[in-house]
Amino acid sequence: MPSTAFMADVILAPWLVIVPLVGALLAGLWPATARWWGLLTALATLVLALLLALQVHGQGPVVLALGGWSPPLGIALVADGLASLMVLMTAGVGLAISLYALGYLGGTARGRWFWMLWLWLWAAMNALYLSGDVFNLYVTLELVVLASVALVALAGGAAPLAAAMRYLLVSLLGSMAYLMGVVLLYGAYGTLDLQGLGAQVTLSAAPMMAAVLMTVGLLVKSALFPLHVWLPPAHGSAPAPVSAALSALVVKVSFYLILRLWLMVFPELTLPGLDLLMGGLAAAAVLWGGVMALRVSRLKQVVAYSTVAQVGYLFLLFPLLWAAPGGWQAVVFFAVAHGVAKAAVFLAAGTLQQAAGHDRLAELGAVMRGRLKTSFALGIAGASLVGLPLTGGFIAKWLLVQSALEAHLWGWAVVVLGGGLLAGAYVFRLLGPAFEPGPGDRGRPLPAIMEWVPLSLALLTIALGFAGTPALALLARTLVGGGG
Amino acid sequence: MDMGAHVLLLILLSSLLPGVAIFFLREEQFVLRTALNLGGALLKFLLIIGLLVGVYRDGKTYSLSVNLLPGIDLVLAADALSLLFATLSAVLWLVTTIYAIGYLEDSPNRSRFFGFFSLCVSATVGIAFSGNLITLLIFYEILTLATWPLVVHRGTPESFRAGRIYLAYTLIGGAVLLGAVVWLTLLAGSEPFVVGGYLQDLAADHGTALMVIFAMLMAGFGVKAALLPLHSWLPRAMVAPAPVSALLHAVAVVKAGAFGIVRVLNDVYGVELAADLGVALPLLLLAVLTIIYGSVRAVFADDLKQRLAFSTVSQVSYIILGAALAGPIGAVGGLVHLVHQGIMKITLFFCAGNFAETLGIHRVDEMRGVGRRMPWTMTAFTLAALGMIGIPPLAGFISKWYLGLGALEADMAWVTGVLVVSSLLNALYFLPPILRGWFSRREGPWPDERHGGRWLETHWMLLLPTVTVAAMALGMGLLASLAISPLYWVTFIVEFEYGYDHIWSAIFEWETP
Repeated sequence: MPSTAFMADVILAPWLVIVPLVGALLAGLWPATARWWGLLTALATLVLALLLALQVHGQGPVVLALGGWSPPLGIALVADGLASLMVLMTAGVGLAISLYALGYLGGTARGRWFWMLWLWLWAAMNALYLSGDVFNLYVTLELVVLASVALVALAGGAAPLAAAMRYLLVSLLGSMAYLMGVVLLYGAYGTLDLQGLGAQVTLSAAPMMAAVLMTVGLLVKSALFPLHVWLPPAHGSAPAPVSAALSALVVKVSFYLILRLWLMVFPELTLPGLDLLMGGLAAAAVLWGGVMALRVSRLKQVVAYSTVAQVGYLFLLFPLLWAAPGGWQAVVFFAVAHGVAKAAVFLAAGTLQQAAGHDRLAELGAVMRGRLKTSFALGIAGASLVGLPLTGGFIAKWLLVQSALEAHLWGWAVVVLGGGLLAGAYVFRLLGPAFEPGPGDRGRPLPAIMEWVPLSLALLTIALGFAGTPALALLARTLVGGGG
Repeated sequence: MDMGAHVLLLILLSSLLPGVAIFFLREEQFVLRTALNLGGALLKFLLIIGLLVGVYRDGKTYSLSVNLLPGIDLVLAADALSLLFATLSAVLWLVTTIYAIGYLEDSPNRSRFFGFFSLCVSATVGIAFSGNLITLLIFYEILTLATWPLVVHRGTPESFRAGRIYLAYTLIGGAVLLGAVVWLTLLAGSEPFVVGGYLQDLAADHGTALMVIFAMLMAGFGVKAALLPLHSWLPRAMVAPAPVSALLHAVAVVKAGAFGIVRVLNDVYGVELAADLGVALPLLLLAVLTIIYGSVRAVFADDLKQRLAFSTVSQVSYIILGAALAGPIGAVGGLVHLVHQGIMKITLFFCAGNFAETLGIHRVDEMRGVGRRMPWTMTAFTLAALGMIGIPPLAGFISKWYLGLGALEADMAWVTGVLVVSSLLNALYFLPPILRGWFSRREGPWPDERHGGRWLETHWMLLLPTVTVAAMALGMGLLASLAISPLYWVTFIVEFEYGYDHIWSAIFEWETP
């Protein structure tokens, strides 16, 4: 294709960091026009992310040595299938969050801070996805955490502030563990480059220790059961666009990092019992998150516990990674499908909350009947969370079950299917109030965009239902280390 | 992609798009909503008739596929069997839409109701036109999603309870089904439905796996088909409005399950492989048990809709029985019952709805003397109920006749005994309401009389569909030998399926060994 040949020479990866960073700067400098800078940045980043995905799809992984120094001396940006898919997902959801925030925050004072922090977060996430060495990954991870903590605190008031502080402390603890792992690796092999490490790491004490430290540190940030307790208050009390960004995107960041490490650096370290331990925690998360989502009484809390449950699925990665060849790709597709669907659900929840003035589930019926578009967004994206057909969630569930069965891991297939049932129970619980008798009520007036954005994202989950083949083709262009 | 493939897409969209549009109409936009409803229903009907003519005259099958995952496509295909089910859905949707417009007059949330109603029919037609097992699974699950809002439509605590039970059964069934389909796809790939099945080569190495998968598939489809012991959601779902019950029982939900079982048996496993694996006989026994159990429960149900619901549990298993007999004549009996039961059962539900809406009658013992007050509805009820019992020349007789012959052909004469017992039980629960309705006298006022029309016994939009479907039930029996009858079409399907020149030659072979 001529377009691919033309694209081959274009350097895209750095721009995916520079553009949102400049956007953040401009939004900080001119707070009055911050939202327009935000929108412009979001659009530009989405276009860049699409081009990058096309480029990687066309010609394979792109490794770029910054400043002309190749690793281990210089810093490399690595855009492969996995990275470009995550960047693309972030950009798609990011644009939706930005559009929604236009309506949600308008030109308020709180809004001005939002734009700077949000674009900063976006830049940090892109930088993390495109980083090729473990130290840069650490730095970008810290940036992501600081930006998201500030965003949680943006809601104002005592409860969000307490949640933000708790989130910060937990994250710092995780970061410390991760950093110690980095130090261990550097001490043992004298390099920080992912590919370089992957070529050298063998089954021995130092990398094993490093793997444990780094993985545990990241687990805290990913909120895998039983390290999840910080998540529901933080995600549940933040402003809606922030909740969406945290649940859909930020949780995926630390998961991505774990996946990246185990794909490129530690694939040789088949620690005995690791798959069972992580799989057990994953199953417990699916169960606990699902049960809690059935018990709590506020809409946003239900959605936050749903994230706890869905994070569980992500960590089925460990049982699947070595046993099933396509297993990790199934998990990544799940992460993407969850990202889009969860953003849609959180944004829809935000709209209902703003319209009703509260988010007590039992009293939302009238507003749900009055705001049909939002209720449909909740329903369709909820169907994707359950894994019902013609949504991305269905394809993800199919791939997970297929990988598990292929490797004769019947138990994990049952976990996936059973978790879907729990999700079904809490999603239909969310929709229940809409069917109570009585007239509809649109509640407080809201900008129309706050209804259209969740609906568009929900329709995107349906589009994802047909995106399985291209997404897997893109993921096939991922750098993996070791013998694999 | 040829013309036919586009027509398939149009058939799906003819109810999907109006459905989506209807959601966003205001309650008082009656004319536009009715136009969308009836326009979509008529268009779908005409398109399916067009396709039907094409398949019959040119012997063509049409298909359309969209890629989902590497090696896995979403396939829509029109063959003779899918058109049987699709035609049934289209016809009954048309009449039920008219009925529902009359039934729900002035009740709240009509736009929501008709929106989901249309989605439900789109899913049913999708099931009919599914060209492989994955597509069938997809539409089958969408059907769950589209019918739940109809079950809970009234919004009362009972309807929410019924909705919860419905979801629990169908979602668990769906999860089991998904597991089975993924497993089967891993073993055999995603093959299109093909006459005689596509698993023969796997039987040697994966016999046990195929048996387990078969059991899982039957459990998954059996939930909606209300196969014992997965039936108990169905009687509870009776809290839904009458048109919903009618559609659920006649085409949408229970038939989707039965149709899935027929598809798996004929076009995935093939009857021969199913018999070789020894899975056909347990299915047959389960169907027989369900037939008897449903009938017995119906005898003891006092609520009219409950009685009809248990009758459905029983009657739908006739279809499964016919398929599990694993012979051509039994297959004719089972498939033709798919249509006949649909028409007769929808008649009965329309009648029950008319009684409840017009006079407030919900229980069998309240039906005394209703024949004088509502002769048209009572005539329709009588025709359909006698048909269910299997009295010639009504439609149910044709089904039972072929099922009986099929049992003899399969050397299972005892099954005819089951049919006789079931017919007696049918008589036991359908004759009392008929006798009370015609021959008892009413003392005192009706429980809740509403429509006191001068010329008609009830609203014309309730009466017209009822009389229409009753006439169809009569016609399908009387005119069974004509080329437009369901029996003729089913014979055409089965001849194709079993490769016989003519179905009568099969009977002939059986008679002279």
